[in-house]
Amino acid sequence: MPRPRLPLAWLVVLLLLAAAAFLASLAIGSAPLSLGQLADALGGHADPLPTTLVMELRLPRSVNAFAVGGLLALAGGLMQVLLRNPLADPYILGVSGGAAVGALGTLLAGLAGLWINGGAFLGALFSTLVVFALSHGRGGWTPTRLLLTGIAVAAGWGAAISLMLVLGSDASLHSMLFWLMGDFSYQSSGTLALPVLAVGLLAALPFARQLNVLARGETLAEALGIAVRPLTVAIYIVASLFTAVAVAQAGAIGFVGLVVPHMLRLTIGADHRRLLPGAVLLGGSLLLLADTLARTVAAPRQLPVGVVTAAIGVPLFLYLLNRARGPL
Amino acid sequence: MSGARLTAERLSVRIAGRWVCRDLDLALDPGTRLGVLGCNGAGKTTLLHTLAGLRRPESGRVLLDGTPLASLPRRRIAQRLGLLMQQPEDGLPASVLETALIGRHPHLDFWRWESHADVAIARRALKAVGLDGLEQRAQTALSGGERRRLDIATVLAQDPGLFLLDEPAHQLDLHHQLGLLELLRRHTELEGRSVVLSLHDINLAARFCSSILMLFGDGEVLQGKAADVLTPANLTRLYRTEVRSLPWDGGRAFVAG
Repeated sequence: MPRPRLPLAWLVVLLLLAAAAFLASLAIGSAPLSLGQLADALGGHADPLPTTLVMELRLPRSVNAFAVGGLLALAGGLMQVLLRNPLADPYILGVSGGAAVGALGTLLAGLAGLWINGGAFLGALFSTLVVFALSHGRGGWTPTRLLLTGIAVAAGWGAAISLMLVLGSDASLHSMLFWLMGDFSYQSSGTLALPVLAVGLLAALPFARQLNVLARGETLAEALGIAVRPLTVAIYIVASLFTAVAVAQAGAIGFVGLVVPHMLRLTIGADHRRLLPGAVLLGGSLLLLADTLARTVAAPRQLPVGVVTAAIGVPLFLYLLNRARGPL
Repeated sequence: MSGARLTAERLSVRIAGRWVCRDLDLALDPGTRLGVLGCNGAGKTTLLHTLAGLRRPESGRVLLDGTPLASLPRRRIAQRLGLLMQQPEDGLPASVLETALIGRHPHLDFWRWESHADVAIARRALKAVGLDGLEQRAQTALSGGERRRLDIATVLAQDPGLFLLDEPAHQLDLHHQLGLLELLRRHTELEGRSVVLSLHDINLAARFCSSILMLFGDGEVLQGKAADVLTPANLTRLYRTEVRSLPWDGGRAFVAG
């Protein structure tokens, strides 16, 4: 796909959206700040109270929400290419199920804080390895075999999750359900998500043109000079790792990973050289806005961010889908 | 791009326990038009994929311009050798122009974007198969025959010295079948490129091919000049169906039964 005439217009729009989402998330809350106060706080010139509020409470959470949204959208875009299936999302191969079992296990054991993140991350990695090993089987590694293996493993995790919910005490049940719907309120300190996102995007971008070819089929990609085997294994590992980091950080937030790549295909086209950075910006912004709403609309109650994400994303996506005349 | 020279040395290919060919020697000089004929399941696709380096042969080797395929990077192979698959995957949604542009991939360096020249090549390829004007159409919105022509346009945009075409005429109407063969004839006669194509239509093969390779499905093969090999006796044996030839317009026409 040749460079468009206004090559960076889409990028500018998405960057502005991301900046707006950040400003909104930092200014809005139980103690609203004006833009002036916000600038002072970010610059370190303000009173201690707003400075603490912005720098220690809101900014880390905003960065975290943005990075998780970016990771999920990026992972979703990669999974869709790997499986050549528009229904693929980051969780389709069971990564989130494994993470959930890990996280709920730590909650059941009465642990809290970073234990939950650690449990989720280990569960996600374990599930990734199981699906990878089983899907190789004796035959080749086809998208269908991978998909079916992943779905079967995910179903197994689903049963395990139900069992844990039944076994859980009333006290732990609430936090378990919140975790399952996706939630940023556990997260307090530094985040792994942003560096993983930055490194991941930079590592994936050079391969974006190869992804364009792989999206047309594996044999064709091979015939057009791509080393398909290493590329697909790399996509699988990278997308699973992104998902694992995201899920460990914030629980299984649905929808972003499925829908953001499609929103971009419907607006800026299917070229992965635009789609990948676009997914990071749009997915990050969407989740950041959703989290801002989740912690403010029913304040002092916090809503699960996954619910808000769907509330914004579903109508937006259906509108784009309905309006679309291009390839889909 | 000029013609590529493909050679097979003592090539033995097997699939699912059945031999496709044993100790096959092939030499495709620039300008060759080789037709591969055989029944369903005789191994035409398997042989083409082996010649494209997508499958390892049981024994023997394939050389491209004198270098064994196995020792060439895939991208180098793709710059010289284009494969039209019998039934490509649908893949994710894309427009007609985006799909044809995929053919330029092997010619672009790692960091490069498609240039205006690449787009021009893809548009020319689409025009050559009569898909000009449909560039922005979704590839999934095309008819079966149009879809086939888009696959052909993609391999034309790849601009290889050697075409390996798996049933290129499949799903094409008569007009486009002949148009395709005429196009390929120009590529071979004027530019010295070579074509290997599998066909089910004996008359198309007789009309277009300079040489013929028959796969009998049990490892036995027969190759030679089209005029020598395309005889009622050989064809009857190949298809296990009576094939007769009739004098036709200074040449011959083949009819079954």
